Amino acid sequence: MHLAYPAVLAALLFATGLYGVLARRNAILVLMSVELMLNAVNLNLVAFDVWLRDTLHAGQALTLFTIAIAAAEIGIGLAIVLMVYRNRGTSDVDKLRDTAEGHEPARPDDNTARPEVAA
Amino acid sequence: MSIATAPLAPLAAAGHGFLSPTGVEIAFVLVGLATLGAALVTVTTKQLVHAALWLVVALGGIAVEYLLLTAEFIAWVQVLIYLGSVVVLLLFGLMLTKAPIGRSPDADSGNRWVALGVAGLAGATLVWVVVDAFRATWIDLDGPAQGSTKVTGEILFQHWVLPFEALSVLLLAALIGAIVLSRRNTAAEEAADAAARTGKGQR
Repeated sequence: MHLAYPAVLAALLFATGLYGVLARRNAILVLMSVELMLNAVNLNLVAFDVWLRDTLHAGQALTLFTIAIAAAEIGIGLAIVLMVYRNRGTSDVDKLRDTAEGHEPARPDDNTARPEVAA
Repeated sequence: MSIATAPLAPLAAAGHGFLSPTGVEIAFVLVGLATLGAALVTVTTKQLVHAALWLVVALGGIAVEYLLLTAEFIAWVQVLIYLGSVVVLLLFGLMLTKAPIGRSPDADSGNRWVALGVAGLAGATLVWVVVDAFRATWIDLDGPAQGSTKVTGEILFQHWVLPFEALSVLLLAALIGAIVLSRRNTAAEEAADAAARTGKGQR
């Protein structure tokens, strides 16, 4: 098989995931796009491992490690998103800009967005 | 063969233009197109639950690509971990954050055109570089499978034991971290929540 097929597919999948990370508003959809990017990298690792016929099979071992770390990442990420949702009532990354510069007047709005804390 | 296709545009050389594609190559391209289409729908659809379901198609397509690359064990790990647990976790997350079931017009943020430009530029650059570098490189898929469970087990427990064990500790740490993050913690916060609830009731 030509090596360009898996490499090009991985590049296109990575670009798709990059678009999703930058363009999506819901934090969980951002996490889905991150998964797509990680999968693109995994495909690249497997393809180059099969091409190089590495005796250590470093590509495949690293792919397994990446899959495990992605599973840990999605668990922690979803826990964080759920905590943010519980505290703020939203999981839109656009609205979580307390630390952004130039948005200080947004403070009074927090009273409506966070009724638990206001009371 | 690669010399004959060299005058073609680099992008065209990746998709077709080879004189005798093997069956594996045809299958790889077809499954790759399905995977890419599912990934595109995942990042563009307005229905959040549909995005998770299309992600299943994309990740399953990648598992099939692993099988075509003779990496059997990784293909089944992909099916187990990604299709089995990650997508279910994502669906749980969507449900627990009360994601709208129907179409949500604000699924994309305002900077989607900038995102499209960045992603298009990155994709074009990567594809150009990769095609230019590996135009005349072929994977030899003959011979024994390079990713069978036997091979993977041997390399994993002969050469990669230490990272493997470290990874198990990392998974344990992530598990504990997720539990700590997601449990309702101190009594003070419980009291504050109760006060908030009664305060809302009075208002």
